[in-house]
Amino acid sequence: MERVFAALWRLLVAAALLGFVAPPVLAALGLVSGADLVNYLQQVVSGAALGCVYALVALGIVLIYKATETINFAQGELMMLGAFLCFTFVAILGLPFWAGALLGIGACAVLGMATDRIVVRPVVGQPAFAIVMVTLGFGFVARSLASVIPGWGTDTHTIVTPFANQIVALGPVVISQDHAAIIVATALLCGLLYLFFTHTKLGLAMQAASQNQLAAYYMGIPVKTVFTMIWGVSAGVAAIAGLMLAPIAFVHTQMGMIIFKAFPAAVLGGFGSIPGAIVGGLVIGIVEALAGFYLPEGFKDVAAYVVLLVVLLLKPEGIFGHVRKKKV
Amino acid sequence: MSRPLLCVRDLAIQFGGVRAVDGATFDVMPGEVFTIIGPNGAGKSTIFNLVSRIYDATAGTIVFDGHDITRMPVHRIAAQGIARTFQNNELFEYATVLQNLLVGRHRHRRTGLLAHVLFTPGARREEEHHRRKVEEVIDFLDLQHYRDQSIAGLPYGVRKKVELGRALAAEPKLLLLDEPSSGLNVEETEEMSFWISDIKKLLGITVVMIEHDMSLVNDVSDRVLALNYGKVIAVGTPSEVQAHPEVVRAYLGSEDTA
Amino acid sequence: MRFLLRTSYGQDIRLFPFGGAPALWTGLALWAAIVGGLNVASLPLVREGWLALAAGYALVFGLVLSRWGGAAFWYGLLGVAVIVAPMLVGTYFVGQLTFVFVYAIAGVGLVILLGLAGQISLGHAAFFACGAYVAAILNAEGWDILVSLPAAVLVSAVLGVVIGLPALRMTGIYLGFATYAFAFIVEEILARWDSVTNGTLGIAVGSPVLGYESWGWQAVLETEVELYFLALALFVGTLVVGLNVQRSPTGRAMMAIRDSETAAASMGVNLAVTKTTAFALSAAMAGLAGALYGHVLHFISPEQFTILLSINLLVMMIVGGLGAMHGAVFGAVFLVMMPQAISALKGAMPPAEGLPEVLAFLVSLPSAPGFEAGIYGLIIILFIIFEPMGLHGLWLKVKTWFRLFPLYKKGMFKRQKSYMASERNR
Repeated sequence: MERVFAALWRLLVAAALLGFVAPPVLAALGLVSGADLVNYLQQVVSGAALGCVYALVALGIVLIYKATETINFAQGELMMLGAFLCFTFVAILGLPFWAGALLGIGACAVLGMATDRIVVRPVVGQPAFAIVMVTLGFGFVARSLASVIPGWGTDTHTIVTPFANQIVALGPVVISQDHAAIIVATALLCGLLYLFFTHTKLGLAMQAASQNQLAAYYMGIPVKTVFTMIWGVSAGVAAIAGLMLAPIAFVHTQMGMIIFKAFPAAVLGGFGSIPGAIVGGLVIGIVEALAGFYLPEGFKDVAAYVVLLVVLLLKPEGIFGHVRKKKV
Repeated sequence: MSRPLLCVRDLAIQFGGVRAVDGATFDVMPGEVFTIIGPNGAGKSTIFNLVSRIYDATAGTIVFDGHDITRMPVHRIAAQGIARTFQNNELFEYATVLQNLLVGRHRHRRTGLLAHVLFTPGARREEEHHRRKVEEVIDFLDLQHYRDQSIAGLPYGVRKKVELGRALAAEPKLLLLDEPSSGLNVEETEEMSFWISDIKKLLGITVVMIEHDMSLVNDVSDRVLALNYGKVIAVGTPSEVQAHPEVVRAYLGSEDTA
Repeated sequence: MRFLLRTSYGQDIRLFPFGGAPALWTGLALWAAIVGGLNVASLPLVREGWLALAAGYALVFGLVLSRWGGAAFWYGLLGVAVIVAPMLVGTYFVGQLTFVFVYAIAGVGLVILLGLAGQISLGHAAFFACGAYVAAILNAEGWDILVSLPAAVLVSAVLGVVIGLPALRMTGIYLGFATYAFAFIVEEILARWDSVTNGTLGIAVGSPVLGYESWGWQAVLETEVELYFLALALFVGTLVVGLNVQRSPTGRAMMAIRDSETAAASMGVNLAVTKTTAFALSAAMAGLAGALYGHVLHFISPEQFTILLSINLLVMMIVGGLGAMHGAVFGAVFLVMMPQAISALKGAMPPAEGLPEVLAFLVSLPSAPGFEAGIYGLIIILFIIFEPMGLHGLWLKVKTWFRLFPLYKKGMFKRQKSYMASERNR
């Protein structure tokens, strides 16, 4: 039975990759018209851009889960708060875009650390379900607070980025600069995070604490502080995601709902795997865009979940996840 | 001598490149206490996990009571009459002692979901029967005082007893005890030694145990098997095995403390 | 301390350990027979009749009290209160109580799935919706509740098995998200399958009907009071089923897989069957609740059954407490009363005009659109931090405090924490 599932899984991966690269090949062979190929690539790029946002939110969830085993249902709300903070600095206080964005990201990181200290710390040691519900409750509160803060409210806002309304042309494929910026920024951020986790003391401490709390503690790593830092990093990443989403969607109190796409992304990649979160986000973003373009109405919304279910059924631990078996 | 209760032939399992158990062959006779000894990492618990089907064997066969159980699903092992305890206690943490022991009776239930949902008189009679059986175990192990306490608050020694009780409640033919004395103090270990002999003599249950405490091994075992690097290096009476040169070599330096 | 010298263990198994159950059943059967009789004869439900019935019931329990006393008396009293409530309070309140029963039915299912079997479901809205649509459609086709409700329950249970199937291959979070993905797909199907569900417009749901015109008798349960008693009867039935599961080997097997799958399997518990059973039972109960929900509200549409409903149900369990069936009732009361309390708070606020700015802001808060969700969130956080066993836990503490009155010690209910509660390797 397991073998059948594994074989089906390999088949699925092969089919997906084949499907993905087929259009350019078919176009090169002259079987698909150039216009169709451009359409296809256009969809892939815009899907990838949205996928990057999913990926970053998923990344924040995974960072926190890896370290603290807390599934943060409020990650979307952290993103929302981050976007609003950036909005406050850039649009309300009128700071230059980059300065405001940095301030917003920093403020959101502080907020993330405060969340860990005030909300999550008191429930450490309780069953996972209870902790999940605490973060969920925090998300409710955050959304509610954002809607009563003067200047934020329940209206939709925009952050004007330096890339707004400009385009990049890659041959016949036209990409808005906002989309391009998202993809480039995500790639840069992933590189930075990689360097951070492999080359800095704090990053290594975070990795150690994620793998074995007790051992890390005995090695002199202040595990609690490191966890708070991880919440900070994760909230900072969320703010960046919010900043990226702002030009393609809007800044509003409900934007945290994106978590319902970020979770499938994180699970798809194998909950707890950082590359998995990125790949998962991209897969879901691209599949969604393609489903929206080529399939009848309605499939776009369920595409992420159908993909998630199929993957989980065939490979219950996700694309990059590991099977952990308890030792008895 | 009668037919062996448990026949293990050329049993092997591989994790990655490591052969945790490598061609183990042994028989366990009905009514005996059979002890597996060996240094840490020798593959003792792995053998238990193979016999209770938590792991899939790479090669070899396990025949219990005339039935080949090598490929049987885990949950059907109990119905065959094998019950076990775990090295680090696997109790149902948020349930009472009584409920834990009653789960031990799971293999003896005769009523189905519908009877349970409606709680028919049949289901009620069965419950009362299980309760009586479990009370016998409670009396046997002196657990009366803890009957309605949740496992979460119990001291380690009592937990070990409860786990033994849960296995006994299943009324098995074969009892697998994974390090029954680990974590116990001297008195508790002595108590455990009495119970194991009682289990054999009064209840007539065959016992296979993994144990490090040599005085306990000598007290209760009929035969001992020594394992090293997944291979059987000696089988025989406790004194024979301890005198075996290979066993001495395996334990070199640590035999006096074990 | 338990009485050790006894010969029968039967009393441990009883729902009411002190022998109240027979009296309770007699009373309920009596009541059902009379109400049924009245309904069949199409007689109006007269006030005097109710009063007489309640008095008789109280008498039966008086007798029980004099003989055994204890919990049975209090539950009996509660039973009487619940039966006479519709004639003491207004129809609006009766409607609210009906919703309490509706949610409590789903709550019993969640106690089984979450509390007993330890399986997470983020997809209970799908079962709820499934029950509601099946019952509504069968009702529209002219079937009575003896057909439509069991059908709703059965279809939901089958859906529960289907959603439970992933549980065989995955655990914990993966399972939670699989159920959630499934629920989302179900929601989308409901919104798109126009020919059956009328899409996003939703469908009107008729009143539940008992019997057929062609049989010569038919009762349409259309008043609030009739719906109330339908919900009450179904809730009591569900509760009994839930308690039966809890005290039977099936329930113990669920408890076992919650705490240690390895040990459970080694003791002979079939993990696949037990998990699927838990999902099916829980789904069946959610389906029943959904069917009633549709009948009480007279309208259903896909947007009532989104992930928010699933989350609301989980919130209900957190607030009520997962440890016992009481939690389902407490949680349901919370879920129904909370919006009432908030709107009462809104009404109680003085007008903002003429107040200093800060006060005006505070006064306007309850009217803010996100206020309700915020209060929910705050309540969840406070409960989990201070009272993880929910209202039920609080209730137990109060009870113990009164029982031990002068001897109560502050540290008695201090929680034991395990700091290494890793669930990764379960």
